Amino acid sequence: MLAHRQQKLAIVLFIVVGAALAVGLLLVALNEGINVFYTPTEVSAGDVSQGQNFRVGGMVKTGSLVKDGLDGTEVNFLATDFCNDILVSFSGPLPDLFREGQGVVADGALNEDGVFRATQILAKHDENYMSAEVKASLDAAETETAEVCHQ
Amino acid sequence: MIPELGNFSLVLALSLAVLLSVLPMVGVYRNNQLLMTLSRPICSGIWVFMVVSFSCLAWAFLYDDFSVAYVARNSNTLLPWYYKFTAVWGGHEGSLLLWVLMVASWTYAVSLFSRNLPLDILARVLSVMGIISVCFLLFMLLTSNPFDRLMLNTPAEGTDLNPLLQDFGLIVHPPFLYMGYVGFSVAYAFAITALLTGKLDAAWARWTRPWTNTAWAFLTIGIALGSWWAYYELGWGGWWFWDPVENVAFMPWLVGTALIHSLAVTEKRGVFKSWTVLLAIAAFSLSLLGTFIVRSGLITSVHAFAVDPERGLVLLAILLLVIGASLFLYALRAPVVKGSASYTATSREVFLLINNILLVVSTAGILLGTLYPLIHEAINGEANMVSVGPPYFNTIFLPLMAILAAFLTVGSISRWKKTSLSYLKQQLMKVLVCSVVLGILVPLVVTREVNVAIFIAVTLAFWIVFGIVRDIQIKTANKNSLVAGLKSLSLSYYGMQIAHLGMAVIILGICLTSHYSVEQDVRLAPGEQLEIGRYTFIFVGVSPVQGPNYVADAGEITVLKNGKSYLSLFPEKRTYRATGSVQTEADINVGFFRDLFAALGDPRGEDAWVVRIHVKPFVFWIWLGAFLMAGGGITAILDKRYRVRETKNLKAKTSEQVKASGSIDLLGEAS
Repeated sequence: MLAHRQQKLAIVLFIVVGAALAVGLLLVALNEGINVFYTPTEVSAGDVSQGQNFRVGGMVKTGSLVKDGLDGTEVNFLATDFCNDILVSFSGPLPDLFREGQGVVADGALNEDGVFRATQILAKHDENYMSAEVKASLDAAETETAEVCHQ
Repeated sequence: MIPELGNFSLVLALSLAVLLSVLPMVGVYRNNQLLMTLSRPICSGIWVFMVVSFSCLAWAFLYDDFSVAYVARNSNTLLPWYYKFTAVWGGHEGSLLLWVLMVASWTYAVSLFSRNLPLDILARVLSVMGIISVCFLLFMLLTSNPFDRLMLNTPAEGTDLNPLLQDFGLIVHPPFLYMGYVGFSVAYAFAITALLTGKLDAAWARWTRPWTNTAWAFLTIGIALGSWWAYYELGWGGWWFWDPVENVAFMPWLVGTALIHSLAVTEKRGVFKSWTVLLAIAAFSLSLLGTFIVRSGLITSVHAFAVDPERGLVLLAILLLVIGASLFLYALRAPVVKGSASYTATSREVFLLINNILLVVSTAGILLGTLYPLIHEAINGEANMVSVGPPYFNTIFLPLMAILAAFLTVGSISRWKKTSLSYLKQQLMKVLVCSVVLGILVPLVVTREVNVAIFIAVTLAFWIVFGIVRDIQIKTANKNSLVAGLKSLSLSYYGMQIAHLGMAVIILGICLTSHYSVEQDVRLAPGEQLEIGRYTFIFVGVSPVQGPNYVADAGEITVLKNGKSYLSLFPEKRTYRATGSVQTEADINVGFFRDLFAALGDPRGEDAWVVRIHVKPFVFWIWLGAFLMAGGGITAILDKRYRVRETKNLKAKTSEQVKASGSIDLLGEAS
């Protein structure tokens, strides 16, 4: 009887400890690991504070990509939802599918000059594929165009 | 004609699969020997027709039959023949065909290698596998038939295979991964059978273990190959991204690992029975969830071939059927298969329970992180999207794995039923002290500094390795000589220790690579150089080269080691002619202690390029560790135990009689 009870107790204890550990880790992890997606329009409207990590997506504005005359591997370009633009700066090699006029998603934060400093430019694996985020961003911009763009 | 033959074979395979899912099961409940015996020939029939069907599709690719829509979308006359062949599974329809071929192969293998399984058990197992085949064959024929024709507008030229997939990694990665995914269907079928019969004894666990190990070993290699492929083909030197697609392959692996350990307890001690059944159901369900998430287009990535809501719905229905029906059955029958033996709080049973809890909790964490964006989007609408990044997964996963590694040694050195704390202390004190000392000393001597993460990783690795050595010492202590002792240990014991050694190697590989890699993106003009440690990278320049179906800018980078000429790297930037898509081909010099990695970015100004150069110590160990794990899994199933399993019942008979009675072992042919 005793052994049986001990055994049950052990199991219950492990489950409780495990669950507590898991919940604790989850809370910490969710705090750190979640990036919210914003559109250029939302960024321009001041929805994001400086230094906060987030994702932004849109089209690379045609003619906006600057590679030359910058330090080292710096590039910058405008990401647009055809309503508002956001200046993105990045250091490093650009993904193979990065083109002007194509969709782009960037991870990073706004610096003190209001420039989006990207830590990562996401490579999309398929030319025909537009990321759900970029699509949503463009859709949102389209519906908001009337209200926001022409204010 | 040939594609029609392939299509026809698929239909025949489906009809046979319907028979397989019905007849043997009816036979079981009517106690009709004939119907049950029929299951074996039906299995071979399904397998033959699937092979024919697969070969037909391969033929269509090799002979550029662009009237087949799938071939037209995924091939091109310029493609080298070996990529034409692997393009068979380069898209949605074809990879599904490969999936079903794998199911058929596993089913056939079970029917071949389970001669000494009681007929009624075998009939049930094969029936369940038949149901799975029916689901996926129907799915393929109704929504994603690879043999659909473009009769009216046959294109003269195919669109081409995605350049990312034109690579050796793709030749081997999907088949291994699928073998693993689908292999868990065998454990699943055995679990369902156990629930149906209510019999879940040591014999059941012994039947299930080799199949689970095999599937797990395949999955291990499949994931390792995928990670290796991402490392050199996606071009940017990372080897794990916590991408949803990686996660959905990793979750069945984690649960499968838990299943292997819990099966050990079920076999040896007759406990954790219903838990084992649940894990077997979970492992296969997670494999299906992976297929669903990737194929439904819910999450888009390199693996998501097409976004088609109809396909998603059908897959979701299959998923719900498999999970729902089996959980319902589990709820009804689980009390019947309850275990009864007792054990104390420091027994091996409990340590393996801890192993299971840690693995399942980390799976749950990864599942939450993977589905969170979907849940968030469903609740908050499309405009409020979130993504869950690596920091989340690392925060959850790494601490849990550290605890797992700490318990690994304790668990394998402890004994069944009851282990006293003083015994554990006595056996492990030296091991603990040695590993902690070396955990501080080794990094200090090599790099002149220690940080917490490196200390923990190195200590854990030594803890596992010394634990293995100590355990072998204990096990061989009573033998006359070490050699005699080593000979007396079983293959399944060696398998376990090899896999555990693999864990130590992976821990070192991951931690050392993450901390000591030097990664630099620089803009280099011809003649300019970059120094990283002992290595000097000199950018010679970029020149055009012609490939079979692409043109490329090929860079040349000369590497000096300690100022002396060492080797050259040739990274390429390819433009594929058919689609015009651009693809970075990194060049990597692989070494046991370090990899040298170079990739071309994009041109900047006159002749200058952005070049990514990495020096990655110990990165090779990540894959080495994975292969050790898989090797351990395979070693364990070669154990005699699984081959002469019926010896107890057959003691009276001579060995000739055993052979004559057709008691062919599960893996007799492999040995």
